[in-house]
Amino acid sequence: MKDNSHTISRIAAPIRGMAQRFSFMALILLAVALMMLGKVDIALMERVRANVTDAVAPILDVISKPIVSVNKMISEAKDFYSVREENLMLKQEKDRLLQWQAAARKLEIENKNLRGLLNFPVEPAASFITARAIADTGGAFANSVVINAGNKSGVRKGQATITGEGLVGRVTDVGARSSRVLLITDLNSRIPVVLQSSQARAILAGDNTHRPRLIHLLPGASVSQGDRIVTSGHGGAFPPGLPVGLVASVNEKGINIEPFVERSRVTYLRILDYGLNGIVETPPIRGLPTSPGNKKTRN
Amino acid sequence: MKTSIWYRLDILTRLLTPFLLTLALVVLNLVPLEIPRFSHVVPLLPLIAIYHWAVYRSELLPAYAVFMIGLLQDIFSGAPIGVYTLVFLLVYGMVIWQHRFLFGKSFAIIWLGFAIVAGGAFALVWALISLWSFSLLEIRAVFFQYLLTVATFPSLAWVFMRWQQFIIRQL
Repeated sequence: MKDNSHTISRIAAPIRGMAQRFSFMALILLAVALMMLGKVDIALMERVRANVTDAVAPILDVISKPIVSVNKMISEAKDFYSVREENLMLKQEKDRLLQWQAAARKLEIENKNLRGLLNFPVEPAASFITARAIADTGGAFANSVVINAGNKSGVRKGQATITGEGLVGRVTDVGARSSRVLLITDLNSRIPVVLQSSQARAILAGDNTHRPRLIHLLPGASVSQGDRIVTSGHGGAFPPGLPVGLVASVNEKGINIEPFVERSRVTYLRILDYGLNGIVETPPIRGLPTSPGNKKTRN
Repeated sequence: MKTSIWYRLDILTRLLTPFLLTLALVVLNLVPLEIPRFSHVVPLLPLIAIYHWAVYRSELLPAYAVFMIGLLQDIFSGAPIGVYTLVFLLVYGMVIWQHRFLFGKSFAIIWLGFAIVAGGAFALVWALISLWSFSLLEIRAVFFQYLLTVATFPSLAWVFMRWQQFIIRQL
């Protein structure tokens, strides 16, 4: 009996080994096929990604919570120690900001009057959704975060996301209760921007480092370190004027931008809804000066 | 009879733990830690788990389980789908192939083996994503991520060793 089972195993083992090797090769080929499929049918992969992420979102939501509270505790402890200095600093800043407020009020009235004179269409008002980052796709290869708001809360593909400091990125995959935000530092991110001082247009291109590059800047445009970069609103994807970052370095290798928002500080973010359709569909043409409809309402 | 069902269920759950642990690491890798610049170089934890189980108990983490783990890593991490799937499978296959060399060796050798295999894995992910997006990726962050992953290996391997001793035992 013992001998018999031994012979069986002696015959079965190589067959099993071969079957295993075969199935291993099949899995490898399947992985390669998936990669190619992802290149061909991007929409399908986005849908798969959104749905699977959606299914795990509640788990991510729960396990990311303690981290948030620990961080909060640490920062509160830090605040406690620096309360006096910070108070002094804030008082000085308040005085300075009050002057700015006065200037801004004056400019706002002036701007409104001039817009009235020029028959300039009013920008649509933004509504926003606030969400928490529940997953940071760590690693050097992708820069995106998953947030705990999706279709149900009104998040749509292509919307801009910001924190109090500036632009974070753009919504790419949307599930029912979670969505993915592609950060401006990601390799696949391209954002139309302008240099605020010279109004020169350019594209902010991510390259997976913490300092994205400025490309397609017109040859004549002057750029210097410390210039402020804001979104231009071209292409209809983003509203104009969202703060993006400062020019960090200008050299022969290119222009690098230091974003206002650091990846590790993205905890709570706002998804802006300007009613823009984004780059997904053709944006509606608004505010053409020749549009008869516009003039009629004014006159 | 009743006890035997519970007994079997108990064994089954224990045998499933290598897969479940690896899966947990995929999810754990996603937790946002608010440490400046850290998220670029966060260690690739599932790679450690796959290497470890392939060396010690490969029958508890079969190739299709590795495939699933890689696929989920692709989906969650935002990498092109298929990249981590392929790389995890190749790491797994490599270890199985060199099993005779690695099994029963001292920890230093196992660690060295991991450093070599992980080096290949990171280089391959870098090459695949560069090819996929038709642009050369910045290599510095990748290199630091690799170093951190190798540095994390001993602590995670220690946990797995204890797990093997107390949870899985000689099942």
